[in-house]
Amino acid sequence: MAIRPAIVGVGQTYHRSKRPDVNIGELCTEAVRAALEDAKLPPEKIGAFVVGNMELFEGRYMQDMWQADFVGAVGKPLIRVTTGGTTGGTLASVAFEHVASGMFDLVMAVGFEKQSEGDTRAGLKTVADPLWNRWQTTGAIGYFARVATFYIKETGAPEDAGSRVRLRLARHAARNPHAHLRMDLESVDQVMKFPYLIPPLRQSDMCPASEGACAIIVASEETARKLPRKPVWVDDWTSVHKEMVYVRGGRHSTADLEMAADRLFRRNGIREPMKDISVAEIYAPATWAELEWLEAYGFCEKGDAWKLEEKGQFHFDGPFPVNPSGGVVCTNPIGATGLIRVAECALQLRGDAGEHQITRKPTRGFSTAWGGSGWTVAHLLSADGL
Amino acid sequence: MKVGIVAASRTAYGELPRWRPHELTYLAVEEALAKIGLPFRDGYQDIVTCSSDHWEGMTLTDIRHGEVAGGHLGPGEEKVCDDGANAVLLGCVKILSGQADTVLVTACCKETEVLDPSVIENFAFDVPFQQLLGLDFTQAAALQAVQYMDRTGLLPEDLARAVIEARRKGKDNADVFCREEVSEEEVRDSPMLAHPITTLQRRPFCDGAVALVLASEDKALSLSPQPVWVTGLGSCCEAHNLGDRDLSSPEALRAAAARAYGMAGIRDPAAEIDLAEISDHYAHQFYLWCEGLGLCEDGSAARRLQAGNFDRQGPLPVNPSGGLLCGVPRYVAGANAVMEAFEQLRGEAASRSVGKPPRIAVAHGTSGPAGQHHCVIVLERGF
Repeated sequence: MAIRPAIVGVGQTYHRSKRPDVNIGELCTEAVRAALEDAKLPPEKIGAFVVGNMELFEGRYMQDMWQADFVGAVGKPLIRVTTGGTTGGTLASVAFEHVASGMFDLVMAVGFEKQSEGDTRAGLKTVADPLWNRWQTTGAIGYFARVATFYIKETGAPEDAGSRVRLRLARHAARNPHAHLRMDLESVDQVMKFPYLIPPLRQSDMCPASEGACAIIVASEETARKLPRKPVWVDDWTSVHKEMVYVRGGRHSTADLEMAADRLFRRNGIREPMKDISVAEIYAPATWAELEWLEAYGFCEKGDAWKLEEKGQFHFDGPFPVNPSGGVVCTNPIGATGLIRVAECALQLRGDAGEHQITRKPTRGFSTAWGGSGWTVAHLLSADGL
Repeated sequence: MKVGIVAASRTAYGELPRWRPHELTYLAVEEALAKIGLPFRDGYQDIVTCSSDHWEGMTLTDIRHGEVAGGHLGPGEEKVCDDGANAVLLGCVKILSGQADTVLVTACCKETEVLDPSVIENFAFDVPFQQLLGLDFTQAAALQAVQYMDRTGLLPEDLARAVIEARRKGKDNADVFCREEVSEEEVRDSPMLAHPITTLQRRPFCDGAVALVLASEDKALSLSPQPVWVTGLGSCCEAHNLGDRDLSSPEALRAAAARAYGMAGIRDPAAEIDLAEISDHYAHQFYLWCEGLGLCEDGSAARRLQAGNFDRQGPLPVNPSGGLLCGVPRYVAGANAVMEAFEQLRGEAASRSVGKPPRIAVAHGTSGPAGQHHCVIVLERGF
């Protein structure tokens, strides 16, 4: 890498299912302003902007053209990158690349989603190839019901395993003022009362449709050291795509998740991920996926995640905190979701996460984004002075 | 470190109902890789695609474009959702960042599948104000043309001349959509779209794809004995509200060019640049962009075109390919300009070749209403 990038500021809006008080531009401005305040930087210092969201969900064409005025990109380089669910993660990667290339000193990435202004389900329906796959009209729920079914079948996990994940995430979200669903859930039995969407997947297992935005500011090492916030170093990032070639009706594949984590861990000498990494903010749109994917990333053996969940290992004050923010199951403004994972990881590594700050010493963070037909974007961050 | 372009390929542009969008991408990818014997998927670490969900009526069009570019369980893939020149820019950024040493860049659009492009373009304008006016890109460009004509004294016959000259050059380009020469009367009498823009003064809508292979300095030298170096990159965005801009003065283009020229060490673009491929989506933009890029004095482009300065044999050939007025799809446009410059610098432009072998070329792409966003790329012959 030519120049080492660091995250020097993060900002996000609060999240709701509807934000009728603001338009898309204004929503982005809230996150941008928060990030600039966090970094204690005036807007004119930002050298370039990377923006994105789900391209079709709000129906807006060339959204970046209108957004430019609201994020402060007028008179500056601007690029729009959209990779579906992974958009937020991609925005971070591209911002890291802009800084690492040596072309820019300070770069801002802004992701958002305002789902009430469009039709997410209609948008998702057109994701399948019009010639071969458009007959599959179930969207994300069918896919994650299948993940849950296979997880139970292959690992012997009890049917309440997903609900235990939700209970942990609900407790985390209750401590995070930015989270969308901050439900007061006390027991597994209470979570198990949520209705099924497709058995064994319950309403409580699935992410909401949120509106919100997130922004991060990335700086070169030299600049980062001069800024007031403790820099969060960006060690590495990667993206792996599994394209639409999986076998119909067969078992879904987690090859993208495995390959991305393996690539990052190997390149950075991480042999015992649970020991070497102190916090994971992973993009899992359903509780069951969180279990399956922790195994796919290589944090634990196949079939062990639900057992570790039962032991409370993944709590924010536990030995290996997973999604201390409440995760995607509590907040999902799609184009911002992947970026929120990065931002939350950065806050943890800075020690600035407030009530949901992990109790374990923050050293290294792992954040991911997931989407498309099985795409993973993953980042490895580290705390200053590690 | 430098970035080199080592291979490029395009489909012919036109109405191509036989091919699905990603099949067009595949045709370009397959040929570009074959030119340097680069293996599919394993030969590069990253892919940058450029396509539009709106024009293909599909969410995540990079599922299919990424797949045919070799994105399955191998190199990463990112989709740029602006003009193709931005995809080339991101490809270069990836190499400069050290995250990849070889990057495949693709751009594709199938405009003829869309029944009413105005509807899509209208959705690019902000919701509270401009969208409600029913504006599309041609109307925004028409406002720009009128303002520019008013400021510089440009006449309708000058607009026609830009089309006539473009088509005269395009006659020698086997890959553009419209290769017939046109007369001043034909341009003037073609159906009016939005005053003063007539049908022939607008880029004809068509289908096609382009693919380029970029590589780091060392890798480029090992892949090709004739690399072309990317020495300057610049982009810039202007205000969105048309009323907030002086449409006749392309500030964003000037800023993007200044950035790219600064990086390439170019002080006097008109003297140092040997060739330009610019994105003239509308006739008047040929002049406006020439001036914005500093290829001539402000307000002098029409005179210079008439004097033959921008001819293939002239002192500073502009759009020797014929340019967009001969029919190159949107999204593909900027990446195609890079490919045209690449071929000219390598002496592979066949009947489109300029008189004096060029050493430095500039390629330009633009997106948004009336050129709200610009991307400028400087290329240099590396052998």
